[in-house]
Amino acid sequence: MEKKLVIAGFGGQGVMLAGELLAEAAKDEGKFVTFLPSYGPEMRGGTANCDVIVSDKPIASPVIAHPQAAIIMNLPSLDKFEPLMEKDGLLVLNKTLIPREVKRTDVRVLQIDAQTVARELGNEKATNMILLGAYAEVEKPVKLESLKNALKHFLTGKKEALIPLNEKALEKGAEIAREFLGGK
Amino acid sequence: MGEKVLMKGAEAIAEAAIRAGCMAFFGYPITPQNETPEYFSRRMPELGRVFLQAESEVAAINMVYGAACTGTRVITTSSSPGISLMQEGFSYIANSNVGCVVVNAMRGGPGLGDIAPAQADYFQATKGGGHGDYHSIVLAPHTIQETVDLMYDAFDLADKYRIMVVMLVDGLMGQMMEPVEFKEWVDVKKLKTPEWATVGQGDRDHRNIITSLEILPDGLEKMNLALQAKYKKIKENEVRLEEYKMDDAEYALTAFGTVARIAKTVVEMARADGIKLGLIRPITVWPFPEKEINKRADQVKFFFDVEMNEGQMLEDVKLAVNGKKPVHYYGRLGGVVPTAEEIYGEFKKLVGGK
Repeated sequence: MEKKLVIAGFGGQGVMLAGELLAEAAKDEGKFVTFLPSYGPEMRGGTANCDVIVSDKPIASPVIAHPQAAIIMNLPSLDKFEPLMEKDGLLVLNKTLIPREVKRTDVRVLQIDAQTVARELGNEKATNMILLGAYAEVEKPVKLESLKNALKHFLTGKKEALIPLNEKALEKGAEIAREFLGGK
Repeated sequence: MGEKVLMKGAEAIAEAAIRAGCMAFFGYPITPQNETPEYFSRRMPELGRVFLQAESEVAAINMVYGAACTGTRVITTSSSPGISLMQEGFSYIANSNVGCVVVNAMRGGPGLGDIAPAQADYFQATKGGGHGDYHSIVLAPHTIQETVDLMYDAFDLADKYRIMVVMLVDGLMGQMMEPVEFKEWVDVKKLKTPEWATVGQGDRDHRNIITSLEILPDGLEKMNLALQAKYKKIKENEVRLEEYKMDDAEYALTAFGTVARIAKTVVEMARADGIKLGLIRPITVWPFPEKEINKRADQVKFFFDVEMNEGQMLEDVKLAVNGKKPVHYYGRLGGVVPTAEEIYGEFKKLVGGK
């Protein structure tokens, strides 16, 4: 098993947190994992993406040239990563901010109005967790439980109160993905 | 060994240095390694050790020099432009025969360059950088785990040979995260102050003097010869390398650091296609594994050197191969990280046909 995921969006959308959460969960499951961030010098608004590889074996290159899966949180990221996707790769899209259809016909596409769903759950900032939950349900790099358990490493102190919301967002994402899988 | 923790390379570097008995950090911030001083700034005071953010890199390296003269385990960390500013201090440290550890998380250059990963400071690290005939031991780990493990060795080597040890990593290793396991803490109470340290005369019958100055050429030549004798000993005893799938290899990649890690994927791609490709990865880029590479020249059809620079280690590979076999090169510049697919594509062009 080797799962190569790219998560992409703009700074402030929680791209890095989603990637780090997956990495932490994979580590907790005793798997090999690399998390490679790539971003500009700005704190917010710049493009941000990260490569996460989860594997049963030691990982050589941590750089992903052709993603097997990508969580895409805004339009510029879709423009950038759509052409790079592996054939039959999975695109998990934040439909709320992506006003166009995917052009390629040889990839799997899971479109989620994630920001709206997150808002309904109580906080738009949980968009990243909805998309991550959906990805994890389809590709199964780690168990959903492991992702939920790993939240406590990141949401500490005052942020601890946000754990239930983020758990719910991961579950909601997984639920939407199950409908997607069942509906095929 | 403890349990595995998921850590950013830049932070793991600091934690490893602390566990290896580093008592003092002096430095000046620069991207992409700011998490290293940040981590030191939090942990060193907790442990009653020194963290000092200097007013510049020039000041920082001279503080390192001062601490090193007391035989204390001391470190500075920086990235390419900051390392350039420290070169004068490096040269003084070399001719003073004092030990320290310097981490360079290389970024794209020349000049202010960018903050992306690069390997273009290879010449600077291995061939001197500062003035005069000197060398530092230069370690080039390729994973965060290896960086952490080598940090302990870096301090041991610095103590043993009274020499500066450079940990030559790049921005990618500083920024990426992977699970790491740390070795046991070094018991700093057991680290003895060396005989030569300038810590006050005390009960000694003589004053210890450390200097890089000798105004008479005959005397300075003697100092130089002593340095060269030390370097010879290091060359004989401290060469380290990894030979990956080289036993039956018909072709050899040569690469260090991050690129070597990517090159392992290239080896697997070639092997999947039935091509016998291996990798020679120097772990010490100074001293360079000349003999080992020369020996492999009798075995392989050609060498293919890959770097994130314009072919700097390439020169050492060529010197080692000494004309026995062709040495080809591929590289990316300015902070661009080559992909395994790209390197394999270039390799296949060299093999031809297949």
